[in-house]
Amino acid sequence: MDRRLIIEHIPRLRRYARALVGDRYVADDLVQDTLERAWNKFYLWRPGSDLRAWLFTIMHNVFVNQARRRRYEIELAMDELPAVAVRATQGEQLELQDVDRVLRSLSAEQREVVLLVAVEQLTYEEVSGALDIPIGTVMSRLSRARERMRQLLGGQAVMPLKVVK
Amino acid sequence: MKPVAEADLHTYIDGALSEGARAEIEAWLASHPEDAERLRAYAEQNALLRSLFNPVLDEPVPPALLAVRPHAWRRYAVAAVIFAIGIALGWMVRGMFITPQLLPVSLARLAATAHAVYSPEVRHPVEVTAAEEEHLVRWLSRRLGTTLKAPKLSPLGYELVGGRLLSGPQGAVAHFMYQDARGQRLTLYVSRQRGEPRDTAFRFSQEDRVSVFYWVDGNFGYALSGEIRREQLLNVADVVYKQLNP
Repeated sequence: MDRRLIIEHIPRLRRYARALVGDRYVADDLVQDTLERAWNKFYLWRPGSDLRAWLFTIMHNVFVNQARRRRYEIELAMDELPAVAVRATQGEQLELQDVDRVLRSLSAEQREVVLLVAVEQLTYEEVSGALDIPIGTVMSRLSRARERMRQLLGGQAVMPLKVVK
Repeated sequence: MKPVAEADLHTYIDGALSEGARAEIEAWLASHPEDAERLRAYAEQNALLRSLFNPVLDEPVPPALLAVRPHAWRRYAVAAVIFAIGIALGWMVRGMFITPQLLPVSLARLAATAHAVYSPEVRHPVEVTAAEEEHLVRWLSRRLGTTLKAPKLSPLGYELVGGRLLSGPQGAVAHFMYQDARGQRLTLYVSRQRGEPRDTAFRFSQEDRVSVFYWVDGNFGYALSGEIRREQLLNVADVVYKQLNP
């Protein structure tokens, strides 16, 4: 078995974990737990199948099990949630902070789907496989997550007045 | 015009549509500005999320993550059993033909194991952090019954992370951990040695991935461990030795 196979995926696992849980150290803990589990279950991986998707599956399982025990779930206090349409458009940095805050306000289920699609660029089928949910569920979570983010980011508010129809 | 399925709108921005399907959606969007605006916002979310998290890809991977190995606990368990057997054998045949010079070998092994066990720790690498350095040094000094010093390795780029108390064949062991800016960790293992006080030269031992320089100075054995090149480690060991023996 080749360590390099797994090691080359570590940066992407870290990126996904960071996006998922927010805190850097909590995220690296999640990656560490995922890697340990992956090593101990490596014999279950079918050579030739997509190792990355398999690793995301393991991370999802570790995350769900741990979140159940509240270890990785960083709860946002209610007053940290953005009020409706408080979009600060001065500069990209503020915009990124807004996106991060809004992302934290999604349910973990929605966050996983939106991150796997948008950041990790998995296909919907891969997401369905990694999270072990039907593709219809992937689509409905994605759709709800994107719409909620759009609302919270005030997409409506900055839109030019509609003149059509 | 046939309404476009919600799923196809998402597929459109996530970029996995056939040429024909794309054209169909673009025609739909041209006459449905609300959907067009919605998709523009979704596509922007994709871009923002990527610029938010892609920088993680460029961060150096913490060594603790690179150090994760298959069945880590089994390896440590096996190592522990081998030590136990070795120590038991050493005890049984002591005074027969095992000479005291062989003892430092186990010093290197014990130090390397302690390094392998504690240095990959992300959250609890030490018991007392460098923020309480004075307390740490006083505490470990008291437990080892001597006056210890935590060497200053900042000129070499290593900052003290902290330390912990371990148990060894001769009782209490002081374990100091250092880390450089890249997260590379070194540990210094200090334990009381059995037998007459003596001094030895630097010795080197390669224990799996861990390199160890160790020496005995009076009643105490010192071992510096790290997963770095031998020459680099020697350089640090030299500084440690000079600071402890000014």
